[in-house]
Amino acid sequence: MKSLKSFLAALAALAALLVCGTAAAQNEIEVQSTINILGRTQPIWVSLSGFGGEAEQVLKFDLYVQGFNFTNADNAQYLITGSGDGNLQGRVTDRFSKNTLVSKAYSGASLRRQAHAFADDFVEALNRKPIGRTKIAFKVQAGRNNEIYVADFDGRNAQAVTRDDTLVAAPCWVPGRFAVEYVSYKLGSPGIFLQDLSTGARKTVAYYGGSSISPAVSPDGRKVAMILSKDGWTDLYVGDVDGGNLKRLTKSPEDESSPCWSPDGQWICFATKIKERRVLCKIPATGGTAQRIPTDGVRSPTEPDWSPDGKWIAFTAQMADFQICVVPAAGGDATVLVAGEDPSWAPNSRTLVFNRRSVGRLSLLDVPTKQVKDVPRVSSGINSQPSWAR
Amino acid sequence: MKVTKLANLLVIALALTMAASGCKKKPTPLINIPRGQTGGPADVGQGNPVGLGNGATGEGVTGTGGGGPVGQMNPADVEHWTPNTEIFKSDTVYFAFDSASVKTMEKAKVAAVAEAFKANVSPAAIRIEGHCDERGTEEYNRALGERRALALREALIDLGVDGAKVLTVSFGKDRPAADGHDESAWSKNRRGEFILLTPPK
Repeated sequence: MKSLKSFLAALAALAALLVCGTAAAQNEIEVQSTINILGRTQPIWVSLSGFGGEAEQVLKFDLYVQGFNFTNADNAQYLITGSGDGNLQGRVTDRFSKNTLVSKAYSGASLRRQAHAFADDFVEALNRKPIGRTKIAFKVQAGRNNEIYVADFDGRNAQAVTRDDTLVAAPCWVPGRFAVEYVSYKLGSPGIFLQDLSTGARKTVAYYGGSSISPAVSPDGRKVAMILSKDGWTDLYVGDVDGGNLKRLTKSPEDESSPCWSPDGQWICFATKIKERRVLCKIPATGGTAQRIPTDGVRSPTEPDWSPDGKWIAFTAQMADFQICVVPAAGGDATVLVAGEDPSWAPNSRTLVFNRRSVGRLSLLDVPTKQVKDVPRVSSGINSQPSWAR
Repeated sequence: MKVTKLANLLVIALALTMAASGCKKKPTPLINIPRGQTGGPADVGQGNPVGLGNGATGEGVTGTGGGGPVGQMNPADVEHWTPNTEIFKSDTVYFAFDSASVKTMEKAKVAAVAEAFKANVSPAAIRIEGHCDERGTEEYNRALGERRALALREALIDLGVDGAKVLTVSFGKDRPAADGHDESAWSKNRRGEFILLTPPK
């Protein structure tokens, strides 16, 4: 019996080692101690009572896309009570410990904004980064052209950033500033521009021969990565956020595209081809040799976005249709999440905004729980290419 | 008993071998993307601030920008030139899905454009506009459209056309030639168009 037991134990150890066959598995083991992003995590159940109207609508929207779901007070983990008459008052208690997480009366701005603030106070009490008062930028089709818009992350308070009646693309926030960079064809060739959203003032970041596309501003707001073809190939360049001090990072006849930064600013991840096969790579932001980031299990990865906590890269896989996927930042097994394209991470490193081509609108996905909510469409044209301000 | 002990040892030995061979995948270094160059400000020029005016009102603009050392012309130089979209219309080059290679059967069109352009003695330029079908993601398609235009530019240069007179623009999938969601439409959209530019009279 003893020998059989030790034999089985040895077999179990071998089995465990077999599981640890990929870098992805190693990353899985690390990450599961925080968020179980690859399985389907149960939502946190809460009950809502007393709000009604717009306050309830905001609370439900905000919390659902951050991985909460709603049930009655007997089954909830957190009881959210209050009123939305005039100004919002709200209280959150833990049904088990009886602790009060939030107890507050709000005033000022609007009822919606107060409700967003209350939702934020709740998630912050759970040591999470709030998103209730964050913004997105995106593209809206207008006839045969399009315009850049910004809005609250839930699609409200949308405002046009451009009114040029030309082609625009790829809006990208400048971290730390109320400003965006984007591509516009206003001057004829596609160029990259930086616009201060408070004043409307804008300046040229990159306007050269060829096409200057796909701006990605660094997390410290000081640099911008771009794809420029002025030297004859579509290559990756980095410059100051206003386009100065340009440095060419790749020199390759393959088409580099859609760069994004690691949150520590050390790496730029981008899509390219190796021997006709579409892959994701990363290169040191100051220049050097590019390395492949494997995305095993899916084909044709593109449009990557690196999570603010540094752990994941979300991207679009183009297979039979477009799928939002995530892969550990070091590469490995990719996980398919939901049909869609062009994901952008929220500051909380769990919610993604993306585009659903079939309905021409944006959607929000809470990656751990897989809960999805559509963003109301802004104007009648197709909404696409979202960028979440972080 | 002895057999079980041996089996035990074998399993442990196998496990140790697997551990020794390593679970971790090293990132695969690329060999066909060479070390990036540093570009000094003198080489690549700067994106000059231009009077785009208020983003909301969209006033008229003048554009400037630097060209690269081996690269394309300043697009501002031809901004007010007259485009002729008809003259090379029948030479529009079509591409295979997800490809920027100029197919053999298309090369005669490039040759025709090259010969006509070289024979022309008055000032002129060519703008090559690259396009994609709808089936790619936005930024991938914008780069692919550019890659197609660049492939045609290289082909023209190889045939003796002055590269300083050839400008490329990508429209991604924004300007399809044919509406429709099947290969009949898609094949018409995966294209590079040659536009002749001449200075205003």
